[in-house]
Formats: sequence, structure tokens, C-alpha cells
Amino acid sequence: MITITPKRAFTVQIQATCINVDVFTGKTIQDIKNLPITEGKETITLNDAFNITENKTVETPNITLTGDFSKVKRIGQGMKTGEIVINGDVGMHTGEKLSGGKIIVNGNSGGWTGSEMKKGLIEVHGNSGDYTASPYRGTSTGMRGGLIIVYGNVGTDVGCYMQGGLIRINGSAGRYLGYHMLGGTIYVEKDCAIRVGACMTGGKIIINGTVELLMPTFTVDSIKPKVKIDATQTAQGPFYVFLGDIAERGTGKIFALKATNPTCSSYEKYL
Amino acid sequence: MTEILIKNGFVFDPINKIDCQKMDIAIKDGKIVKKVSESNAKIIDVSGLTVMAGGVDIHSHIAGSEVNLGRLIRPDDHVKDVVKKTALTRSGTGYSIPTTYVTGYRYSKMGYTTVMNPSMAAMKAKHAHEELNDIPLIDKASFTLLGDWWFALENIAKGDFKECARLVAWMIRSTRSYAIKIVNPGGLESWGFGRNVHSLDDEVPNFCLTPRDIIIGMAKVNTMLNMPHTIHLHTNNLGVPGNYKTTIDTMRALESVYQGDKPIGHITHIQFSSFAGDNWAHFKSGAEEIANYLNAHNHMTVDIGQITFADTTTMTADGPFEFALYELGGHNKWVNSDVETESSGGIIPFHFKRKNAVNAIQWSIGLELSLLIKDPWKWFMTTDHPNGGPFFHYPRVFAWLYSRKAREATLKNCNKKAQKKSLLPSIDREYTLYELAIVTRAGTAKALGLKNKGHLGIGADADVSIYNINPETTDIANTYKSVRKAFGNAVYTIKDGEIVVKDAEIVATPSGRTMWLDVQTKEPCRINDEMKRKFKEYWTIEFDNYPVTDHYIKVPEKISIKASV
Repeated sequence: MITITPKRAFTVQIQATCINVDVFTGKTIQDIKNLPITEGKETITLNDAFNITENKTVETPNITLTGDFSKVKRIGQGMKTGEIVINGDVGMHTGEKLSGGKIIVNGNSGGWTGSEMKKGLIEVHGNSGDYTASPYRGTSTGMRGGLIIVYGNVGTDVGCYMQGGLIRINGSAGRYLGYHMLGGTIYVEKDCAIRVGACMTGGKIIINGTVELLMPTFTVDSIKPKVKIDATQTAQGPFYVFLGDIAERGTGKIFALKATNPTCSSYEKYL
Repeated sequence: MTEILIKNGFVFDPINKIDCQKMDIAIKDGKIVKKVSESNAKIIDVSGLTVMAGGVDIHSHIAGSEVNLGRLIRPDDHVKDVVKKTALTRSGTGYSIPTTYVTGYRYSKMGYTTVMNPSMAAMKAKHAHEELNDIPLIDKASFTLLGDWWFALENIAKGDFKECARLVAWMIRSTRSYAIKIVNPGGLESWGFGRNVHSLDDEVPNFCLTPRDIIIGMAKVNTMLNMPHTIHLHTNNLGVPGNYKTTIDTMRALESVYQGDKPIGHITHIQFSSFAGDNWAHFKSGAEEIANYLNAHNHMTVDIGQITFADTTTMTADGPFEFALYELGGHNKWVNSDVETESSGGIIPFHFKRKNAVNAIQWSIGLELSLLIKDPWKWFMTTDHPNGGPFFHYPRVFAWLYSRKAREATLKNCNKKAQKKSLLPSIDREYTLYELAIVTRAGTAKALGLKNKGHLGIGADADVSIYNINPETTDIANTYKSVRKAFGNAVYTIKDGEIVVKDAEIVATPSGRTMWLDVQTKEPCRINDEMKRKFKEYWTIEFDNYPVTDHYIKVPEKISIKASV
């Protein structure tokens, strides 16, 4: 296990793509210390910014980061195997394009966490930022598989262009949840802000709390007693089932819990 | 300026009929000269390497409003191809719509030294020139879109070709451009009213004329003005199954204007205009019919617009075509616009895939045309960058041309239905380096009327590209991968007598020139109160602010020609 701690408080953003199990594998501690990162516009080595120690007796997690990493970006980007544990806050693009392995954040994570991810697991025990699991600007391929669990709240535009996998949010979600979603599942334990599922054409969004306002381009389909989150988990309803986004000729589904959404009762007359 | 002597290379210079001769090339003051003294000159020994004139690209969208809009809507395109700065070169991004500097660097690395920017809306000319100024290392010129310009249409409808020619000359001067570009004649004007034209004889709304009249009229105007290049034509019905008939009709229509000396028209990205079949399900190649026609006639030249199977960005002034592509391509993000009284435009990202039957047949059509047209002086190699694929994929296209093995390797991975329909397995032809030099520099320079480009004769511009290919010992068809690599990484590129690329690295970044035509008519066009009134009424730019003035062009090269009107 490699342990990394910051040497100082950072004032500008650090790009640390090299903090990645795939990169560290097969390297000596000295090699790891000399890996290049950028701090603002300067290129420095990992050792210039962090204390790095190795504990050969412990196997997993492969990398442990302890301290404030909120200005450190792109940790675990494109990682295929292994496990990273971050004890503290972490910056943007954590686990971007993840295609395997595990990243656990015992703190808050920044924007674009798990962006364009394909496989693997990201667990955030605090809040996660805007654009969690959403693709880079302009890209129309979002999260394709894997699992993201956020124990806190998430920001806006979460799960845009999502095609597969599961995002489980134990807190509340911001605006534009599941924007342009094509497949996969988003589960929100608490409330959800406006424009949920805008432009969605597939997939499902399950909301166990209150929907602030449903888009007019969704039509009520039925009331279901329960809904499957994945192969093992089921959410107990009853749920209103809405189909949309009709403006995009979509067949995505929004499940809104009946008990917490009394405003949706006006839709019942169309059933 | 330094003198350079390139010694012992195998020279391919089709214009001067030099085919793989071991000879020296002497350069002085940016020109090819007979000889230089060995004691003063910098000597480059290129034993065992191939020497050609700098590449001349006849059709590549490298600058202008459509290119820049393309950049705006495609951050996803840039993020996958980020170019870092070096001590000499600037940073940028690439892929299908590279930034200006990266465009220059990448062309230069392939040994290209002259590039034509084929589609410049007159209103946006200032912008295009500002971008061209920032593209280093290559000479460039733009073609103005004139096929749907109101003043031209009005005069063609009246039959007053002389006045039309004077107006076109004024426009070519005012926009600092090099040739007449016609895109979907009549179609763009119709698109302003939500319509399109579907044959050469459909009527253009409000003008009482047909696409046929526009094409023939403009070809006559082009001849009257003694333009170095022919009309540069993007046909009607582009991208529609069965459109090869329209393309042949277009070429037939131009037979009437042909005077028997030099070609009268150039059809660009003809691959997109060679579709047969009634609909997309029965889509097939019309390459054989087009190639047969071209083999029997001498009044046309074409460029291909080869597909290279890339995630690219399509952009054209053909607004109605881009709308059709939007409907077809699964409602991707897009831009569509009407450029006031002159043109229209559209941009859509498009991924050409091997496994898609239509895309794979399109790929096959491009190569069928290239291989079935017997005379390489009649067709030129392009990908219609970025429509068929980005320009830095040219080496791939070369490989498909000179190696049957390379074609088979790609065809094997294509859609099964497309494989069955392809004519490629029946074609044995493999291009030689001499023929390749024709379709990439000599032929294009000749078609463009660039007398000092595309060859290495005495007096030519000292634009030279040197590749690591030994024609004596290499079997290019069998070792196509290494040859392909050599074409993408020039050992030397020399621009105006200055070494700009050495071992595929940029070593100098001089600005290229912007060529433009000063067409001198015997009498000026009638710029009267009526014309100014129309400008006030229909254009958003004042007449006085419309022309591109000299200070917009960093390194201008004015070419004066005398018109016969």
C-alpha cells in the first residue's frame, strides 16, 4: 500500500493523473516519487507536493490518500484495476473514465466524479459535485456501466447522457438529473430539483422523495407498487410512473413515490 | 537567403515528366534554379529518399465561419487530440477541426505546402482571411461561394453574362479570393424558403432560372474572366441515393461550353455525388458510370472526397443537405444557417463506421472512382477535409491507392453487405509513386492554374517534400504500412527555400502567402445607386464595409489577370 499525504495547502489546481493503481504497479517508491504532475502551469514531481510512503505488509487498498485533496484533480483517471481510498475531500474528475477497480472517498468529491465511467465502483461518503457521472462538455456518451454510490447530496446535471450502470444517491439531487439519459438507473433517496429527466429517451430515474416540479413533457403511465433498482434491490412504492421525454420521442421512465408527491395526484385523472 | 542543394534523391516530377530519376535540385532565393555553387549552398544528402514538389491540396475546409462554428460545437472533438506547445510551435487542439496553427503544422509534416480553402461565404470573407493569416507554413487561397448570389442570379436570368462577369470579378477582388465556388446551385437560394432543387431543371424560386442555367452561366463567366481555375462545383442532389444521374447530367450540360483546350469544370468531392440505388436500403455505387463518362470526356476534372472512417464533423454551404443528414444521422447536435443573399450553411458531427453498410459502400465508391478513372490528371486526392475524414488521414488514402493489400485489409473489416457490393476485389490497379505525385501535387497545381507550384522545374517555388521511401528497393504495395508512415512524416519539407520540417519535426514557422486574383475587366461593373440601395435593403453589412481591404491579409500574393470583358 502506498500512502500519500499533502506536504502543504495547495492554492492552485493540481493535475495528478498519475495517482492511479495501473501507473503505480511495478514501480519502485523512488519511481513513484518522480512521476510528473502539474501545479498550475508548472510541472513538478509527485514528491514535490506530497509525502509518499510505502507499507509492504498491507495489500489493499493499493493507494491511500489522507488529507485535503480538494484541489487535486483526475485521481484514478482511466483506472482499470485496484483500489484507491481517499480520507478527505477530493477534487474534480476523480475516477473519470474508470474501467474497473474501486475508488472510495471518505469525504466530498468534486465535479465530474466518475465522468464517462465504464465499469467499477465509486463510493462517496460525503457529497458529490455537479456533473457527477456526466460526460465531458459536448460529448454524447455518458456513463456506460459500473456503480456510483453517493451517501450525501449531489449537485446539478448528474448522470447526463447516461447509457448504463447505476447511480445511487442517498441524499438529494440538483437540477437536470439524468439530462439526455439513454439507459441505466438513477436512484434518489431524498428530493429532486426541477427538470429531472429533461430530454431523456431511455433508462429510469427512481425518486423516493419529493419531485420539485415535473417537466410538462412527461406523461403519466401507471401506478406501480414497487420498482427494481438492480438485481438485488427493490424500492417499495407505490410509485407514479411517468414516461418521457415526449419532446424527444423518449421512452424513459421516472418513478416518483406517491406518498411524498401529493402534487402529482392531479395526474391520476388521466389514468 | 540561403542556397540549398538537395543531392542524390529520387525525383518524381510529373509536370516535367521526371519519373524516379536520381538528380539534384538546387534552390536559391525561394525558387528552384539550375545550379548553385556547392561551396556556398547548404547541402542536403537525400540518397535513397523520394523527392517530390510540395503537396497541393485542392479542397480542404481549413478556415472560415463554418470551420469556426464547427470548432465551437465540438469540444468533444478537441479533448481527444490536445497538442502541446514546444519551444517553436504553439499549442492547440486537433482532430476533425484543428486549430489554425495545428492545421499548418500537420499539413507541413505531410509535406504539403499549398492548400485551397474551398468555401468562403463572401460576407464572411474577412473572418476567413483572419484565420488564414494564422495558419503558418502553407500557401493558401479561398474560393468564394457565388452560385446563389443574388446579383449573379439576376444577371444570368437576364442573359447578361458580361455584366455578370464584371460583378463576379468585383466580388473576387472584394473578397480576395481565387476561384468561383458553386454549391448546390439554386438549392441554397431555395433553402431560404424551406425548399430545395432536385434536378438540373427545377426552378429556383423568384428568379425564373434553373440550376442548369446557373452552372452554364457561371462556366461562361469563368471563361470570360480567364480565371486560372475552372468553376469549382458541388453538385445538386449531393448525398442522395441515385444522384449519379444528376452528376452525369451536370457534366453533360457543361459539354456545350467546352472549347476543346482545357477543362471547363471541376466537380468536387464527387464520391458524395456518385450514389446509385433508389433509397438507402438499396444504396449502391454509381462509380462505374461516372468513371466511364470521365474516361470518355476531357472537359471535367474531379476530386474524390474519400471516406476514411473517422469520427468527423461535416460542414458545407449546402444547408438542405445538412438538414437531410441531421434527419438521417440520429438527430445529433447541429448548426444550420442562411447566409443572407449569398449562401447557406450547415454543420453536423458524423461518425463514418466500417460496420455501417452505407458508410462502407461510400468508402468503396471513393476508391472505385480513383482506380477506375484511367487518367490521373483528371482526378485528385482529397477527403474533403473534414467531411470525409481529417486531412492528416491522407497517408491512409495513399495506401489504399498504391496497395491492393491495404484495400483488402480494410475491406475485410467492413460491413458484409458492403463487401458483396464493392467492385474493389475486381480491381487490380495499384498506383505508382509517379501517379501519386500527379493526384496530390502536379495535377492539382495544373487544375488550379498555379504555374509555380506542383513541380520542380526551374523557376518554380522552392516547395519540396522529401519522404523516407526508397523506390529502388521498396515494394510499396507490400510494405504499405511503412510507406504510409513515411508519407505522414516527411523527412524534409522545404517551403519557399526554407527548411520547415526536418525528421517530422517543425523547425521553422514562416507565414504562408494568401493568393488572390486581381481580375481586371475592361470596364468596371455598374456600381450604381440601385446596387447600393439593394445592399442597404437586403444585406446586414454596408456596401462600403463589405470588401476585404489589404490590411486584412498578412502576406498577400496578388495575381493579376486580364479578363476579356
